[in-house]
Amino acid sequence: MAEIVLMRNFDRPDSHTLTAYRNASGYTAWTKAQTMEPAVLVDEVKKSNLRGLGGAGFPTGMKWSFIPKAHTGPVYLVVNADEGEPGTFKDRYLLEHDPHALIEGMLITARAIRSTLGFVYIRGEYVQPWRRFSAAVKEAYDAGLLGQGFEVVIHRGAGAYICGEETGLLSSLEGKKGWPKIKPPFPAIKGAFGQPTIVNNVETLCCVPPIIQHGAAWFAGLGTKTQGGTRMYSMSGRVKKPGVYEASVSITLRQLIEKAGGVSGTGRLKGVVPGGGSAAILTADEIDVTMDVDGLKNAGTMVGSAGVIVMDESVSIPEALFVLARFYAHESCGQCTPCRESTGWIEKMVHRILEGHGRKDDLDTILDVAKRGGGTTICAFYDGAIGPYISYIEKFRSEFEALCRA
Amino acid sequence: MPKLTIDGKEIEVEAGTNLIEAARRLGIDIPHYCYHPGLSIAGQCRLCMVDIEKTPRPTIACNTAAADGMVVHTQTDRVKDTRRSIMEFHLINHPLDCPVCDQAGECFLQIYYMQHGLYDPRMVDEKVHKPKAVPLGPHVILDAERCILCSRCVRFCDEITGTGELGIFSRGDHSEIGLFPGQDLENNYSANVVDICPVGALTDRDFRFQVRVWYLDTTPSICPGCARGCNIDVHVNRTRPHHAGGRRVARLKPRFNAAVNAWWICDLGRYGFDRVDDPERIRFARHEGVDVLRDEALGLLVAALRDHAPEEIGIIASPDLSNEDLFALRRLAEHRGIRQVAYGVPPATPAADDDFLLRADRHPNTRGAEAIGIEADAAPILARARAGGLKVLWVIQHDLTACGWLAGDVAEALGRVGTVVFTGTNDNGMSTLSPLVLPLAAWVERDGTFTNFLGRVQRLRAAVEPLGDALAPWDLFGRILYMLGGPAPLGRAELWFRELAKTVPAFASLTYQSIGSEGAMLAGAPPTTAPEPPGRRVKTPA
Repeated sequence: MAEIVLMRNFDRPDSHTLTAYRNASGYTAWTKAQTMEPAVLVDEVKKSNLRGLGGAGFPTGMKWSFIPKAHTGPVYLVVNADEGEPGTFKDRYLLEHDPHALIEGMLITARAIRSTLGFVYIRGEYVQPWRRFSAAVKEAYDAGLLGQGFEVVIHRGAGAYICGEETGLLSSLEGKKGWPKIKPPFPAIKGAFGQPTIVNNVETLCCVPPIIQHGAAWFAGLGTKTQGGTRMYSMSGRVKKPGVYEASVSITLRQLIEKAGGVSGTGRLKGVVPGGGSAAILTADEIDVTMDVDGLKNAGTMVGSAGVIVMDESVSIPEALFVLARFYAHESCGQCTPCRESTGWIEKMVHRILEGHGRKDDLDTILDVAKRGGGTTICAFYDGAIGPYISYIEKFRSEFEALCRA
Repeated sequence: MPKLTIDGKEIEVEAGTNLIEAARRLGIDIPHYCYHPGLSIAGQCRLCMVDIEKTPRPTIACNTAAADGMVVHTQTDRVKDTRRSIMEFHLINHPLDCPVCDQAGECFLQIYYMQHGLYDPRMVDEKVHKPKAVPLGPHVILDAERCILCSRCVRFCDEITGTGELGIFSRGDHSEIGLFPGQDLENNYSANVVDICPVGALTDRDFRFQVRVWYLDTTPSICPGCARGCNIDVHVNRTRPHHAGGRRVARLKPRFNAAVNAWWICDLGRYGFDRVDDPERIRFARHEGVDVLRDEALGLLVAALRDHAPEEIGIIASPDLSNEDLFALRRLAEHRGIRQVAYGVPPATPAADDDFLLRADRHPNTRGAEAIGIEADAAPILARARAGGLKVLWVIQHDLTACGWLAGDVAEALGRVGTVVFTGTNDNGMSTLSPLVLPLAAWVERDGTFTNFLGRVQRLRAAVEPLGDALAPWDLFGRILYMLGGPAPLGRAELWFRELAKTVPAFASLTYQSIGSEGAMLAGAPPTTAPEPPGRRVKTPA
């Protein structure tokens, strides 16, 4: 039986309450952390090989260490709970079933980065997670866990995917249009309201209490050489038992699909998106890869938010691409020209192909436009969008060509 | 100070200088849309990509500070290719309506397409449609389809005026510039957004559809609207007057001067030129309501000045006149021994300084009049006229019938003076009731200098010929002086300026050459810089 870390409390009755969390020895890591120096906490997380689980996979401890040492003003901790990546629904389970784990993670992190104020930016559509988390915050205040040097402010988003991008989130939090900020400066130097800010994903912070409780070596040992721990995989699409599964980051994609009951529909796999909508697709014979950050990077795709979307042979890849192309055209914030203009253009081209008015050179135009726009924008939105544009067409070109007239 | 290399040329710049500015100093133009030196960095248009050695991919120049030892290339194949791509992205949803667009000829989509685009269009799908011909305020009109969403106008309203009327609404390729609910773009600096708009999205409601920009001639000059003396370019339509109903001055544009107005001018100044081509312009001399030859009118004025005792003559001259004009007038008064010469008449409605450029004093040369030694307060002249002590009152460009003095006092004074002479550019209450009227050239028709309220002497230049028999004031005064037995008239404003510099110590070191295009300070006046805008403060570039 593989180690269950993040979902350890999910099956307990009323797992979202402080009582249940305490009964499961909750907040003992916080008690322990209070005896540790901030620098030791940062070091421990560094040694655990914890990498950001929101999408970018950046080493968490290293991110924390970017806060300027000489800074004397406020430092903010911002929790990214704007889970919006297509095919991803893990953070909602954490917020609904174990909100105190996040609060404990925030307390420890705040101590590590010397922050006295945390913001939790919750996706607007997440009503139940927001209710559960708000209730947990109230319990934590009443119990004297919060309000003793660390305050938490909950902010609800209004439904824009781009507000899950860390600096888009900060703009939105500041009351502005959710446009990603130009870097440099990076948030750790100048983030929310112009102050040094650490933005971490919900799941990432939920890993922090177990790391402190059981030690960095234990956590690192759960994963691969370059990434520690387990993570939650959102399994959707044509699998027999869709849902959230926790497993080590060293599990292979094939094992993961088996864990979710195997391929449904025709039972024959056509392709898998391993890391949310923005990850490049893998074909049926590319699934013997480990699900850690580097494993999937080497396979030419990314683990992203670990939202696994399985497609059986009955799925039309051009239709699947159109769903995503429409999504990216709709969600592009419109700030940078290449992303603003080409997401709409590509959506129109893919749509035209589906309508039977495609031309074979449209495919080359899409590929060329996507490749030219890559790496030219303020944030990673467009680099995410071109993952599917390019991989769906390159790996399943014949399906597209069959729809094209000339 | 960091020393870097751009396209093989070394340059040392102040710390914090970005690569666009550093390259500009070497004469290298890095194409850009969203970057504007007077606004914050947005980094949105993505056009100003350059290659920096040891960085993996092209980087935007606007948000990259020059660093010591940095090696920058602006013309690599990769950079050229990226620019071509970005140009294509900018243009796929653009309506390409240059034939009916007022920006054509000065549009950076056209300019950069020719320099950096030149691709074959691949877009065959329906373009995104957006609102067109939307009035944003009294001066500015929006075509959202032409907009490339560089956000310069939005940042202008946030950072310069601080009024925040504009925002970008919606997302993706449906994003569009617009007004916040309940707002109109009607601050006194609104039309600057037209100047900084790099494309035809924001156009000037006064200028549009008047004349193609390539028919315009440009003359650098000074705005006469207030004591700030903002630097401007006067754009005149000499070759196609029928395109604009005979209107000669097509528009005024701000001209950069870091010491005075930076990149901006106010709307009051920008649209203050309507009197120049007004039907109410005085074109010919008039006596008793009948047009007369200029020489006849001059003879009558000379006779009035010669045949009365100096103490019976009063002259009220407006500080709309240039330094040269006022100095010539001073010479004329000195020659006849006339002591009652003053410039200050209170305005009908007192104004206040605004929070940026506009000054309460709506005359461009009050400081010059003062430096030249003209009396400030004209009220004693009025009082003397009312008391019956004046036989001749010569009013130059002031309208005493519409000023801050009591109308009854003015009427009484004018009624008791034997000869009232008015010299000015436009008809008004004074020209109607003065028996003798002589026309003056308007400010766009004459050369000279104004001294702004901080003591900066700046050149105005004739952009068009005077109408009818109008003369520049210095020319008129010089001729009268000669007819009164003084020295031969001087043929150019510059010659009067030399006389001024020889006589008045504050101007002693100045020449038209040293004034140049940026102006020069009166002796003893400290150097100036443009005021800080009231909007959210931004770092002004080094």
